[in-house]
Amino acid sequence: MIEMMNANHAAAHAARLARVDVAAVYPITPQTTISEKLADMVEKGEMDAKFMLMESEHSAMSALIGASYVGARTFTATSSQGLALMHEMLMWAVGARRPIVMPVTARAIGGPWNIWGEHQDVITERDTGWLQIFCENNQEVLDTVLMAYRVAEDPEVMLPIMVIEDGFILSHTVDNVDIPTQEQVDRFLPPFKPEYPVDVDRPMRHGGLMMPDWWTEFRYLIYQSQEVARGKLLEAEKAFEEIFGRSYGGMMEYYKCEDADAILVVAGSAAGTAKEVADRYREEGKKVGVARLRVFRPFPSEEVRRLGEMARTIGVFDRSYTFGDGGAMFNEVRSALQPMDSIIKDYVSGLGGRDVTVKYMEWIFDDLLRIAAEGKVDRTVEWVGLKDGTERW
Amino acid sequence: MYKTYKDLPAEPVASQSTEDVMTGTWRTIRPVLNQDKCIRCYMCWKFCPDMSMTVEKEGDYPSVDLDHCKGCGICSNECPRGAIKMVREIL
Repeated sequence: MIEMMNANHAAAHAARLARVDVAAVYPITPQTTISEKLADMVEKGEMDAKFMLMESEHSAMSALIGASYVGARTFTATSSQGLALMHEMLMWAVGARRPIVMPVTARAIGGPWNIWGEHQDVITERDTGWLQIFCENNQEVLDTVLMAYRVAEDPEVMLPIMVIEDGFILSHTVDNVDIPTQEQVDRFLPPFKPEYPVDVDRPMRHGGLMMPDWWTEFRYLIYQSQEVARGKLLEAEKAFEEIFGRSYGGMMEYYKCEDADAILVVAGSAAGTAKEVADRYREEGKKVGVARLRVFRPFPSEEVRRLGEMARTIGVFDRSYTFGDGGAMFNEVRSALQPMDSIIKDYVSGLGGRDVTVKYMEWIFDDLLRIAAEGKVDRTVEWVGLKDGTERW
Repeated sequence: MYKTYKDLPAEPVASQSTEDVMTGTWRTIRPVLNQDKCIRCYMCWKFCPDMSMTVEKEGDYPSVDLDHCKGCGICSNECPRGAIKMVREIL
């Protein structure tokens, strides 16, 4: 059934359809309407779940780790400062191998205060071991939450997953969303059956002291599970497509990348704008493509190298900045392309709620085509839209 | 026991007792009981945060489980008769 709704309500419906047992939340803009919708559905009896309003995001994640240990399917959602406050328990969820699924409405982190969208909050958590999937639209948010449970709870994966939706741009913008039936979802998503549930008849220690003699090996198992997750994500999407008729391009979606002179790598909703501009440029005979970085963890290095075979000039759109030498996505793409003869440039833009307009995208593609023609980059990082006194953008 | 990472359970769980984990190795001082002064009040047994002060049966003198005692010195501090001395470990 198609309904008009924002990505937050789409995420809440996904939690309902996934038959989530425990949802522990703490409100934060722009995530709050996910929690509100969940509370509403639980109160009306549309969803059979334990809804817990916690005293902080740190407690919300802690509660879910506990609930997951006894075999509950668990859900929360957060953003920005809330995700940062959760950081310690994000690490714990990974180490405890709890398959928690959490939509994050990506937002700037203060200070000073900024409640609007960018990717800094989720990028900051890239090293925790959580899988990270960036969505382009509201439908993809609903669908990805369902796929995320299937992958996270796979006995060979057992890792938590962040489903990332751009704050306000998706979280508060209404679009058509096809809500699947419960019967369809039940066919796609089996019940969660942990291998080592907390059970009085089978006593064991969970999360006890790990001595130096085996810590390395348990960290290695997490690394291995992230690697296995690559194939599991593709499998889940294939099974999803068979039942629901929708798919999203796996780890990285190639859009008009074949024979391109220049390709822009983009994650999240800005990919839609980039595709729109690419369509227009193609009509004008300008050969540009868009590679939508859908899965950021595990990082699709193979898919990026395939990109390097399609075009020599590659731009990366970073909606955050990792202080150091270039944005996070740029550096990961650059590192994956290391064996190749690529020309790479970082475009930092869309920070703290500033719109990524068609004009910005046109500027980026023009810049990339110029670089492709000249065969070299002028500078590594460009802050697109920066008020620098020029009339460039 | 496990030989390689392939033998490990997928989740960090342990089915054996914590008694099997030898955590006493980082101790630098150890409690030594003077039985002449000990009145067997078992304050040391009550206060030990690691259950490392053991009493087999009522009336026995307490003894120290050195596989798990971390050498915190709480027993020595709480003993009303000063019967437990903390002595430096010689390696």
